[in-house]
Amino acid sequence: MATDAPPPSKSQPPLPSTEEFVEVQQSAEFGELRRAHRSFAFPLTVAFIAWYLLYVLLSNYAGGFMGTKLFGNINVALVLGLAQFLTTFLIAWWYSRHAATKLDPRAEAIKSRMEGGA
Amino acid sequence: MSPAITQVQQLQLAAGEASEHRPLIITLFSVFVVATLVITVWAGRQTKDAADFYAGGRQFSGFQNGLAVSGDYMSAASFLGIAGAIALFGYDGFLYSIGFLVAWLVALLLVAEPLRNSGRYTMGDVLAYRMRQRPVRTAAGASTIVVSIFYLLAQMAGAGVLVSLLLGITSDGGKIAIVALVGVLMIVYVTIGGMKGTTWVQMVKAVLLIFGTLLITFLVLLKFDFNVSDLLGSAAENSGKGAAFLEPGLKYGLTATSKLDFLSLGIALVLGTAGLPHILIRFYTVPTAKAARKSVNWAIGIIGAFYLMTIALGFGAAALIKPDEIIASNKAGNTAAPLLALHLGGVDSSWGAILLATISAVAFATILAVVAGLTLASSSSFAHDIYANVIKKGQATEKEEVRAARWATVAIGVVSIALGALARDLNVAGLVALAFAVAASANLPTILYSLFWKRFTTQGALWSIYGGLASAVLLVLFSPVVSGKETSMFPDVDFHWFPLENPGLISIPVGFLLGWIGTLLSKEEPDAGKYAELEVRSLTGTGAH
Repeated sequence: MATDAPPPSKSQPPLPSTEEFVEVQQSAEFGELRRAHRSFAFPLTVAFIAWYLLYVLLSNYAGGFMGTKLFGNINVALVLGLAQFLTTFLIAWWYSRHAATKLDPRAEAIKSRMEGGA
Repeated sequence: MSPAITQVQQLQLAAGEASEHRPLIITLFSVFVVATLVITVWAGRQTKDAADFYAGGRQFSGFQNGLAVSGDYMSAASFLGIAGAIALFGYDGFLYSIGFLVAWLVALLLVAEPLRNSGRYTMGDVLAYRMRQRPVRTAAGASTIVVSIFYLLAQMAGAGVLVSLLLGITSDGGKIAIVALVGVLMIVYVTIGGMKGTTWVQMVKAVLLIFGTLLITFLVLLKFDFNVSDLLGSAAENSGKGAAFLEPGLKYGLTATSKLDFLSLGIALVLGTAGLPHILIRFYTVPTAKAARKSVNWAIGIIGAFYLMTIALGFGAAALIKPDEIIASNKAGNTAAPLLALHLGGVDSSWGAILLATISAVAFATILAVVAGLTLASSSSFAHDIYANVIKKGQATEKEEVRAARWATVAIGVVSIALGALARDLNVAGLVALAFAVAASANLPTILYSLFWKRFTTQGALWSIYGGLASAVLLVLFSPVVSGKETSMFPDVDFHWFPLENPGLISIPVGFLLGWIGTLLSKEEPDAGKYAELEVRSLTGTGAH
């Protein structure tokens, strides 16, 4: 499904029944999709929050270290701050690549089967 | 270097009597207002059903929505506040900005796509999906409205102060008139243009803001031959604080309490963004979860680039303007960016006047776009969660729902004009942090449990929403934000006992814990069938509309 898909129709397509949803939820295929999302997103979330907290704690309680000059007037604090930007951009890119290769194909297969069968 | 400014000019700016620049600033403000009104009327003509009003017809592209998300998110507090904080406190201003960016990863990894896949118009759609509708919708509506009103109030009062300052209005009546004008404009944008109009206003604002900051950043760097180290060195020297200006500590590191306070603020920023209702409803404006992901990626790029540029703005102001002048113009440094524009162009030249007017107009556009988004979020939630699903028990027609949303917009607009006018002289900047704290304490735990925890029950949802909401609001009520300090909202009384200004450190764990305990203690069984629906839909997009 790309963004240039036709506008969603005003009348909602009928939703598959609850039984069908339960069946899919318990299928191995959906289990793989769930695992592919959770095993990527959960640890990474913990990691970037921990990395941010480490940065905040260093700023709060390790002033001497943060003030160490590296070159010119650029100190550790500035470099670590910019590193937060860099890691944010990298994680966003990394997740998007993971989603495009590991999540989207599985999600689309399940979706088209459920909607086709409805 | 900019020409040395005379004492007289300093005083003029300090008193806010920028009268010579006023006609130009008013002209640019008016151009923006007229342009956005034209867009609004055009969008209004295309707004026919509820999906148009609430979700802009779900036809925006990922890039368009990414721009609009940025426009919705980057408030005047970001633009002027962070530049000002850097100008006055150096590194700590920059430190403050980072939480606002990192936070987007929570939205990207955990919230945006599942929300787009399983909800329709509001945050309440997802929270109530597998729960008993009426109590959870009521709670979601209450939390949405509280978060949005706090945020709105801070923006409205800020708008009054800021625009008065930029226009050189000092009278009380003038300030009230500005607040009323902002309020009336936001009512018009939202009632007529709905989500479509609001989205376009936010996109225009984002483009203006990016180009405005890009221009100033370029001019600052040009002055220092693109040598960032020189820029930082001059800023440290001119600030009078030396190397300490480039290190953490000048604002948040003063005492053990202020350090803890910053930790609390940082956590609330990172966890709050993905629980802000006015941000969440933006994900309904795109057709698919993939497009929602693209929106967040664009937003991360745009917002990140913007905060990187505020480094140049803030340190540029610190390097080129005397700190006394910044403080004299506005104690919190909120006018540092416009002052910087004036200095870069030359205080006496028309180029300086044009730059000042441009940056002032960008700030004005920023305020309008953000308040419109907040009003839309709260009126949508009132109409869709509370009116249609609680009062009318799901029996309201689309027409009735949209009519209710429009009336709610007018009511919320009038209330915020009144509150904004009353609060014009109070220090309400702390309310933005409160909005993030409530979003992180009440909304985020409930969203995450709903999406990812099979056992979560209605009681758990109610406990986390009301518990997180109440603990955040009560802690702030009894904090130095409200009373007991010179910088408090009510400096003349003192009933504070909670030492921190930011409640997140306590209220966020409280929200998560209560959701968990409420679930464990509830007698009802979770609805396994509904969870299967929600889980499969949220991950696959089956039945998304």
